[in-house]
Amino acid sequence: MTTEISDLEKMASQVRRDIIKMVYECQSGHPGGSLGCADYLVALYFRVMKHNPEFNMDGAGEDLFFLSNGHISPVFYSVLARAGYFDVAELKTFRKLNSRLQGHPTTHEHLPGIRIASGSLGQGMSVAIGAALTKKINKDNGIVFSLHGDGELQEGQNWEAAMFAPFNKVDNLICTVDVNGQQIDGPTSKVLDLMNLEAKFLAFGWDVMHTDGNNMKELVATLEEAKSKTGNGKPIMILMKTEMGKGVDFMEGSHKWHGIAPNAEQLAEAFTQLEETFGDF
Amino acid sequence: MKKYTYTEKKDTRSGFGAGLLEAGRKNENIVALCADLIGSLKMGDFQKEFPDRFVQVGIAEANMIGIAAGMTIGGKIPFTGTFANFSTGRVYDQIRQSVAYSDKNVKICASHAGLTLGEDGATHQILEDIGMMKMLPGMTVINPCDYNQTKAATLAIAEHEGPVYLRFGRPVIPVFTPADQKFEIGKAWMVNEGTDVTIIATGHLVWEAILAGEKLAEEGINAEIINIHTIKPLDEEAILNSVKKTGCIVTCEEHNRYGGLGESVAQLLATQLPTPQEFIAVNDTFGESGTPADLMKKYGLDSSNIIEATKKVMKRK
Repeated sequence: MTTEISDLEKMASQVRRDIIKMVYECQSGHPGGSLGCADYLVALYFRVMKHNPEFNMDGAGEDLFFLSNGHISPVFYSVLARAGYFDVAELKTFRKLNSRLQGHPTTHEHLPGIRIASGSLGQGMSVAIGAALTKKINKDNGIVFSLHGDGELQEGQNWEAAMFAPFNKVDNLICTVDVNGQQIDGPTSKVLDLMNLEAKFLAFGWDVMHTDGNNMKELVATLEEAKSKTGNGKPIMILMKTEMGKGVDFMEGSHKWHGIAPNAEQLAEAFTQLEETFGDF
Repeated sequence: MKKYTYTEKKDTRSGFGAGLLEAGRKNENIVALCADLIGSLKMGDFQKEFPDRFVQVGIAEANMIGIAAGMTIGGKIPFTGTFANFSTGRVYDQIRQSVAYSDKNVKICASHAGLTLGEDGATHQILEDIGMMKMLPGMTVINPCDYNQTKAATLAIAEHEGPVYLRFGRPVIPVFTPADQKFEIGKAWMVNEGTDVTIIATGHLVWEAILAGEKLAEEGINAEIINIHTIKPLDEEAILNSVKKTGCIVTCEEHNRYGGLGESVAQLLATQLPTPQEFIAVNDTFGESGTPADLMKKYGLDSSNIIEATKKVMKRK
């Protein structure tokens, strides 16, 4: 799929509107991290990944994506719907009773596009490694992508996975950490400092890249470069700098919007800042 | 009364190892993962024959469960292997979210369950694993009684779609079930028919129940003995039919009395057919170092305890 950067930016604006509206309508959810990662997920699903919205669990021959920090489900759901996995109108059921759009993503309700439940943090890197190993055994050229929060790296299982992947040459894997520097109780630097993530992953044996996750052109270039580096014996780790709440000025850069919903006035204010490009749900 | 004999004693974990190898030969989608206990889990033959389908994860059980869940995507059937303690309590949340809630076709295979791993002591002697696993929606829980049944169960779970917890152990115990048996998940196995009391047992306590049944027969007590190798889903029909006949029941397991087979049976009977029940189980305590035989005796799990419980429960009819 070749989509111009300007088209991707337009889609990201619509996805951000979706996120705000979804969280507003159920008065719960996690807008901050979702807004910050909108560009990344749009880049993956509308440009970088080879994937089929006619979903099947095994995804043979496709690139796969796993969301480890499941609380940013609004951005995942919006992008899946906009990419054709399910009807955009279903976004209005988010977090409501009898919905396939659970608070955190799950396979349990058979929502197309979801391949694993996430929400309890720190499990996605292991799952992504497993899917990548199966692709290797099956001689499937697809690449496995995954996204992780920076605060999430405080969970120990990540480091078990981080040790495993380079030693076992899982080189069809591109993990990305959303480095927004925020977590529920405050800045990561104050809660439990992650210190030098680049040095940590380099020491574990990863190929480490950096990108600005809110600059579509740079982000796409980084992801394309990462793809070109697969198959070289090392897993790839992209440290992606983003701003929590990106796109809505009063939400930007603060952990305060990690897990709360806007009121009607804030929704209206946010909508004035985000262009409606593909029609609201 | 059917007489049970044996010509050899073997560990159930070796039954798992043999079953895994055979399952691997039958189905190329079967993969195995181990957390630094290949010898203890008897996974070496599989590793040797299928090196490309074997994953050594190191001492990192959480990662092992996550990788196994991921490997199902693309059609693999992962069998994970480590001790029962590290297969359950250590990775409960990983199993809950990435396997059970995600409905992944992962087989969690757990050796060294219960007290009878022996000298290593309580840190390794998990007595809560059946409880934790049976509480997970969709999880099948199996605890076979000897080498042959463990091998047959391993082959059966390979063909079963959905998450399974398979529990086995370290001690060398009599092999008394047929080598060519067909293992039916969720189907109780009638050991001996009787009329005075129902004794149901799981795991290697089935052999203790057989020994108890022989002694009871000498005293004129005709015990019905049933092997419940599948704790979930429980064969409710077999249990209800038996207690309708006998009017009392003893449940036997190498597990805490809370959370185990006895508790599942009590819930069934309380709602369907209230029946006097006695529990052969560990009485809400941790274990300790010792030989398997000494531990079975001290914690009240051997045939003499079953005989005592039988006499007690018969008086409560």
